[in-house]
Amino acid sequence: MLNINCPYCGDRSQKEFAYGGDATVKRPELNKEVSDEKWNEFIYLRKSPRGKHIELWHHIAGCRQWFKVQRDTVTHEIFKTAKMNEEIK
Amino acid sequence: MSQSYRLKNEGLINRNKEIIFKFNGKKYKGYEGDTLASALLANGVHLVGRSFKYHRPRGFFGAGVDEPNAKLQIQLNGHSEPNVNATEFELVEGVEASSQNCWPSVEFDIGAVNNFLNRFFPAGFYYKTFMWPKSFWYKIYEPFIRKAAGLGIASVEKDKERYEHKYEYCDLLVTGSGPAGLSSAYSAAKNGAKVILAEDKPRFGGSLLTDDVTIDNLSGKDWADKIITELKEMPNVIVKNRSQVFGYYDHNMMVMFERTGDHLNDKPKYTPRQRLWYVRAKEVLLSTGSIERPIVFGNNDTPGVFLSAAAKEYIKVYGVLVGKKPLIFTNNDSAYETALEFKKQGIEPIILDTREEQSSELINSAKNQNIQIKFCHAVIAANGYKKVRSAQIGKLNKEKTGFENIQTIECDCICVSGFWTPTVHLASQSGNKLKFNDDIDAFIPDKSKQNEKSVGASNGTFTLKKTLEDGFKTGFEVSKNITNNNISTSTPNSNETKKSVHDKFWCSPLPNGKNYKRFVDFQNDVAVSDIEVALREGYRSIEHVKRYTTLGMATDQGRTSNLNGLQLVANVEKKIVPQVGHTTFRPPFTPITIGTIVGREIDMEYMPTRKTPMHTWHEKNNAVFVDAGAWKRPRYYKQGNESLFEASKREAKNVRDHVGICDVTTLGKIDIKGPDSAEFLNRVYTNAWLKLPIGKARYGVMLREDGIVMDDGTTTRISENHYHMTTTTAQAANVLSHLEYYLQIVWPELNVNVISTTEQWAGAALAGPKSRDVLAKLFPNLDVTNESLPFMGYMEGDLFGVKARIFRISFSGELAYEINVESDYGLYMWEKMIEIGKEFNIQPYGTEALSTLRIEMGHVAGPELDGRTIPYDVSLEGLLSKKKDFIGKRSLQKEAFNKNDRQKIVGLVPTDKKSSIPEGSHLVLDKNAKLPNPKLGHVSSSCWSVENNNPFSLAIVKDGKNMIGKKLFAVSPLKNTAIEVEIISSHYVDHEGKRVRS
Repeated sequence: MLNINCPYCGDRSQKEFAYGGDATVKRPELNKEVSDEKWNEFIYLRKSPRGKHIELWHHIAGCRQWFKVQRDTVTHEIFKTAKMNEEIK
Repeated sequence: MSQSYRLKNEGLINRNKEIIFKFNGKKYKGYEGDTLASALLANGVHLVGRSFKYHRPRGFFGAGVDEPNAKLQIQLNGHSEPNVNATEFELVEGVEASSQNCWPSVEFDIGAVNNFLNRFFPAGFYYKTFMWPKSFWYKIYEPFIRKAAGLGIASVEKDKERYEHKYEYCDLLVTGSGPAGLSSAYSAAKNGAKVILAEDKPRFGGSLLTDDVTIDNLSGKDWADKIITELKEMPNVIVKNRSQVFGYYDHNMMVMFERTGDHLNDKPKYTPRQRLWYVRAKEVLLSTGSIERPIVFGNNDTPGVFLSAAAKEYIKVYGVLVGKKPLIFTNNDSAYETALEFKKQGIEPIILDTREEQSSELINSAKNQNIQIKFCHAVIAANGYKKVRSAQIGKLNKEKTGFENIQTIECDCICVSGFWTPTVHLASQSGNKLKFNDDIDAFIPDKSKQNEKSVGASNGTFTLKKTLEDGFKTGFEVSKNITNNNISTSTPNSNETKKSVHDKFWCSPLPNGKNYKRFVDFQNDVAVSDIEVALREGYRSIEHVKRYTTLGMATDQGRTSNLNGLQLVANVEKKIVPQVGHTTFRPPFTPITIGTIVGREIDMEYMPTRKTPMHTWHEKNNAVFVDAGAWKRPRYYKQGNESLFEASKREAKNVRDHVGICDVTTLGKIDIKGPDSAEFLNRVYTNAWLKLPIGKARYGVMLREDGIVMDDGTTTRISENHYHMTTTTAQAANVLSHLEYYLQIVWPELNVNVISTTEQWAGAALAGPKSRDVLAKLFPNLDVTNESLPFMGYMEGDLFGVKARIFRISFSGELAYEINVESDYGLYMWEKMIEIGKEFNIQPYGTEALSTLRIEMGHVAGPELDGRTIPYDVSLEGLLSKKKDFIGKRSLQKEAFNKNDRQKIVGLVPTDKKSSIPEGSHLVLDKNAKLPNPKLGHVSSSCWSVENNNPFSLAIVKDGKNMIGKKLFAVSPLKNTAIEVEIISSHYVDHEGKRVRS
């Protein structure tokens, strides 16, 4: 079970969180033309990297904030967590 | 029966407390502090079970977690538990144990015929034999094999014992209280670290309890006692015995199993039987020690064959002799300690040593005491069926591939030692790739993936001096990094006997013409010949050999068999063990009870029960409840002998004719505030929200980004920047997360806050032509006429002193209102409504009538919004705004969503107007067509229309738009029905929606 450092609440057990997928996906802007290809990519296509991955987690049984986690998909090591308005490089 | 193998003065048992127990129906005596195994051995009982495949007689082999044979069925306090390890089970008064895997008895087991047919049971026998015909597997082969090869019998009774879970955090978790564990825990604790020390046995000390050593001029045991006493007094230390750390998970989450009550004769009422600990440790020190590995020889599974360290432990800890004519068979020095212990008790052992004649401190002291030692000798085979009677031994030739002369010597037990295997299971579970160490012929931990270190024997360190040095040093260093303290503890002096180098001999060769079974894995009955067969048949990877032969796959996880198995594969393949590699270790290290995993999450505590404030009223009025997620909702209110069908019809009819009241507290409610709320709703919902006036509600549909309908509900504008959203009961949590996602991630610039208020409001729906009359009486000061409070209107009122929100919304399709009050007043509101509604024939209605009402009206709900439907499919396309963008809109342009024959919701009536159509039925053109019969759609919801007094269903059908008036068959292979149906509009009642506006 992972130990996740919520940027608002601190170290908490994975039980309190829900996974939210790739954090680097950007929703196309509203009211803008989007090609079929681009939209299809946004809806369905996700990378599944072996290694470092920046992803979203939601502290559902806590502060209810969404935030970013940089995690190794092989070892589950967590390198960094950050608020949505902070960058992880 | 007397304990004729019990020693007078030796052991750590409590001789003042005698315990009476039963084994296979017979009464025996033991002492407090015994295990079931030691007590039986004290009584000379060796035969305890039959082997898995060949039903060969089996006896005790180890003295702890290493035991592969002695798995017993235990009856205690009225429960029965299978597969209990007799070498770990502490003796308590009244326990009844019995052998498993034998019929009719362990002494006479019919299945033993397999032993004589064993050439017909090679490796992979089941795979090869029971494959054809395929249909035989479930009905004939599988049940038969299960009966013949089963382990114990799982109880079908409810487990009445209490189990608990506990969460703990520490700087350092130390697993095992041998010299490595004690020293590292002690030095870390002295340096201020928060330490948990876990020992799986009842007694602390590990090898110190049995080894002839001194530390700080104290015996090993006394030193262990002293350290434990000190640790127990330190506030920063938790010391736990009977606690097995069995799993190593991510981020140093360690899981531990504590036997809190099993050993107590009178367990206090709320003391759990067992407890599961989740320990999050900053650092883990693995001091799990090592397990002796056997040397393989003929009939090495005969009762009376023991690991030599186990024989020593039975003497030193339990005061029990495993035999009075012991033969010690070894390739190393440590078995000499066992021989010396026998000698101390006046027993004359014979030692067979596979090595050339040599001397060492231990060998010399055996020689000095006139113990007979035969160097370059090995046991070829044990003789005896249910107990060792003698042994065939031989002098090894130079290459150790055969024997020069063979003789039989009498003995009643054979104590075997093939050197030591570090217990690396937890290290391996942590992700540590193990490395092979040639000096000890075994795997030891390599680089850590998590914050763990192995110390002592589990790290391949087999001398006390080095173990203590490493322990004190590692405990200090690890704690220093955590606490920043710098208090180091010096390593005490120690004394131990020096040991000479072991021999790599691991398996006795077969003499010409002999065909003894030589077992590698006792618990799964895997012999040398089985592994050879697997290799001959082309299995190469050790993982494949393991699965084909089942080597190491039993509940003992191959603790005594893995390395010998690898050695054998290496020999046949002409490789070395590290090239063969090892199989993966997985939790749990030892079997644990299902009860411990479940803990207190049973019955009522399985999950929280959500009850509405009106729950007690429902109970008093004969409500039959249904689970809606965690909620309990009244399904119907039973009157007299009514069935569900009759009651729901009555309740629904009463709504259509008069007025009904329904508890709608469970609907999801979300409070939305902020200046950008309208803009936000406009993006979330498919229809327009910017112009909704204050005091009005609107129905809305929200989509997922992929265009699929996510949820529907009404949202009401309470004031300028304040909205009240409702969701379906099932989607409440998802919708909130969805809204938070868009507010926090996609559009953080919107100034909006959302919060769940589901539990803050109690809700009651008042539905039916008379509902306005009731409302008027509930709120005499309000003008509730159609003009003042029209459909989709909103008002606030005073309900006999309680602030109430009144929404004119309808799910039933009738004139209806939903009234919310703060939860604490829910029951008060409900009772007032019932009281005032009496003169208008008010009746409560449950979810079944609620469904009937909405299905008749063609209102969609969960069964239609099933995660596969777009707005068009459920006839909500009218709610799609063309003027603005919203979540999921772009996806609706997809080609598949715009096909002419796209599926659509329709209504169904059986042509006989009688047969109810099972939900889930498939719609087909021809009920007798050949399978697979092309499916045109499915029935999503069914009811008995109280308006038209015949069955009615909703269905989603391909090209539904053009299907009205056609006839199809609704077939349900599950219910074995094929009903002819006519397709009609999904709005069966009140097409124009006049009633809701009346």
